[in-house]
Amino acid sequence: MSMLYQSQRAMRAKRREAMRRGVIAVLDIGSHKIACLVLRFVNSDDRPPADGVGAMAGQSSFRVIGAATTRSRGVRFGEVDTMQETERAIRTALQGAQKMASARADHVIVSLAGARPRSYGLTGEVSLGTGPVAECDIARVLAACDLPDFGEGREVLHAQPVNFALDHRTGLSDPRGHVGNRLSTDLHLLIIDANAIEHMLYCVRRCDLELAGIASSPYVAGISSLVEDEQELGAACIDLGGGTTGLSIFLKKHMIFADTVRMGGDHVTSDIGKAMQIPMTDAERLKTRFGGVVATGMDDREMIELEADTGDWHHDRRKISRAELIGVMRPRVEEILEEARARLDAAGFDQLPGQRIVLTGGASQVPGLDTLASRILGNQVRFGRPLRVQGLPQSACGPAFSAAVGLVLFAAYPQDEWWDFETPANRYPVRSLKRAVNWLRDNW
Amino acid sequence: MRPLIPRRNSVLPPRDPAPSIWSYRFQRIWLTPVFRAVLRVGLPAFLLVAGPGFYLSDPANWRGLTDRIAEIRREFGGRPEFLVTRLSIEGAGPELSGEIRQTIALDLPQSSFDIDLDRMLGQLAQIPAIARAELRLRPGGELDVMVQERVPAVIWHIREGIVFLDKDGHYIADLGARAVTGPLPMIAGEGANLAIDEALELYATAVPLGDQLFGLVRVGERRWDVVLHDGRRILLPSAEPGQAFDRVLALNTAQEILDRDILRVDVRDPARLNVQLSPAALAELRRVRGYNQGDGSE
Repeated sequence: MSMLYQSQRAMRAKRREAMRRGVIAVLDIGSHKIACLVLRFVNSDDRPPADGVGAMAGQSSFRVIGAATTRSRGVRFGEVDTMQETERAIRTALQGAQKMASARADHVIVSLAGARPRSYGLTGEVSLGTGPVAECDIARVLAACDLPDFGEGREVLHAQPVNFALDHRTGLSDPRGHVGNRLSTDLHLLIIDANAIEHMLYCVRRCDLELAGIASSPYVAGISSLVEDEQELGAACIDLGGGTTGLSIFLKKHMIFADTVRMGGDHVTSDIGKAMQIPMTDAERLKTRFGGVVATGMDDREMIELEADTGDWHHDRRKISRAELIGVMRPRVEEILEEARARLDAAGFDQLPGQRIVLTGGASQVPGLDTLASRILGNQVRFGRPLRVQGLPQSACGPAFSAAVGLVLFAAYPQDEWWDFETPANRYPVRSLKRAVNWLRDNW
Repeated sequence: MRPLIPRRNSVLPPRDPAPSIWSYRFQRIWLTPVFRAVLRVGLPAFLLVAGPGFYLSDPANWRGLTDRIAEIRREFGGRPEFLVTRLSIEGAGPELSGEIRQTIALDLPQSSFDIDLDRMLGQLAQIPAIARAELRLRPGGELDVMVQERVPAVIWHIREGIVFLDKDGHYIADLGARAVTGPLPMIAGEGANLAIDEALELYATAVPLGDQLFGLVRVGERRWDVVLHDGRRILLPSAEPGQAFDRVLALNTAQEILDRDILRVDVRDPARLNVQLSPAALAELRRVRGYNQGDGSE
């Protein structure tokens, strides 16, 4: 824990340095594609500060100056599977983005889609001394949260204070300056597999880059595709990706839950490939060109040629109707959505005031998904596209880039996390000697 | 059967090769601003300085280069367009021309690049007989020296010899060095050269004296003595000597004072004219006076 605490603080320091230098890259490592955006920060202080406690919030404005996408290699279920392949894919994406930006990016912020995220809600409570609540009190209450036993080989990815309560007043976003007796906080902790971080870190290091931050892909997809009132009133974002489907629930502008379903669009493609006995590239083409999830009578008559050059005449001239294709795709999409529904129900999403569900990600572009999704997820379903950010090319505006754009927003307006506050002194055993010396000096 | 014609709508995944690690690193280095600045400005500047510097650090190369430059310059200056072949002198008499030629001592033909006109002008200014000199390189290889000669106005006797002066009192030449064109007024005495115009005025006034006038002597650097041929003197005042001289001449015209046996006429005090008689005349005067007195008393 303290290890990660240190490394997260080191990443924050690197991020600050990158913002001072002005150029930072964000890298969305997905199972289907790797997207890289290069940002240039314009250090202007005239932007009003964002909400929240605000140590890191709202630091500068930015502009996307480079964007590149490449086919993902060596990534499965949002985790690095083959390191050399992944490294090459990262290099390809980064080189393209750097070339477009004609600037060199030394620092990179990465999002991870998979690695079995798990959310924990923690509560901490401290009694306050005299005077208003200061920053050190916030650090104290954050440190007072009991860490759950999340097992061996797991690490904290996000630890965000989502709520502060002072005596009987709750729902404070920034308790500083208030006066009270007891301060309590709710902390959202997101845990992922430690070796996924290590593998990703290895690939990034091999590309001569410095890691300036890690974010969970469901979280950043939610940042970019949920509008502000949805984040405030409570909404879920379902990021239908290639290898995984990310879920994140937002309430009061904070993420309170994140999870992933280890199924995505690539599974639909492989289903098509297996059912039609065609290669994956052809299956991908069929899916994107003729795919759908709701069959109509017209689809029975629309025939699709399955061209191949195996030499077998009958095999090379098969035809299927579009209804057959839909019949292959629909069960898998239903399965993904039902799994997502089950995860949301387990998280208690039905208890939230807002029941809005936003579908985004590359697999959300399949026609007819809105009908199917409203049957499974309830009728408050809409499709989400990422927020518009300055300088983003048209090719990177689609729902497939929600996580990448969210990562840009995460880089520019980061949420305050636990490690942005100074740890109270009693958590540092190193300082105890110094404290003793100070005590002696004060009292003798 | 395997089709011979490739599929029309074959969809291959877009070619997306990964860059090699070295091309990736090179691109990153090339995008580093400092590296670019060094390569685009620093390196050419270094080569521009270091290459010739290294070449010239060998003294033989340096000498060869300077020799080559001197050679080119000499070849260029030695072209016939730039050769000065004649020296023409305007406005100077034969003696002065000879002196000028001797002074500037040009060895012709010579390239006009090698001729230092300013130095030559300085040399010409050293020649006393020249009032003003002008040098001009004319097309056709002619160096034109235009001088204005000082005209001798008076002859000045001094201890060292006899010299010519112009009307401003500048020394021109010794008496033997120049042919005299006509009779010139003679002056003597220290500081006489500072009052040449006064002397010339007095000479102009002295026309009625004709051949009797010998010269003028400056006395005490303040006044003039007019010296006649037989050694008699007219002592003029320092203030308005011309007027006093006029009075003496008028007296001469009226009473022929200068024809009498006197040694000097003194008009230094304008209010009182003094005349010094010769001893013989004085004795004669005394005799006559004595006779008369005696005659009268007796």
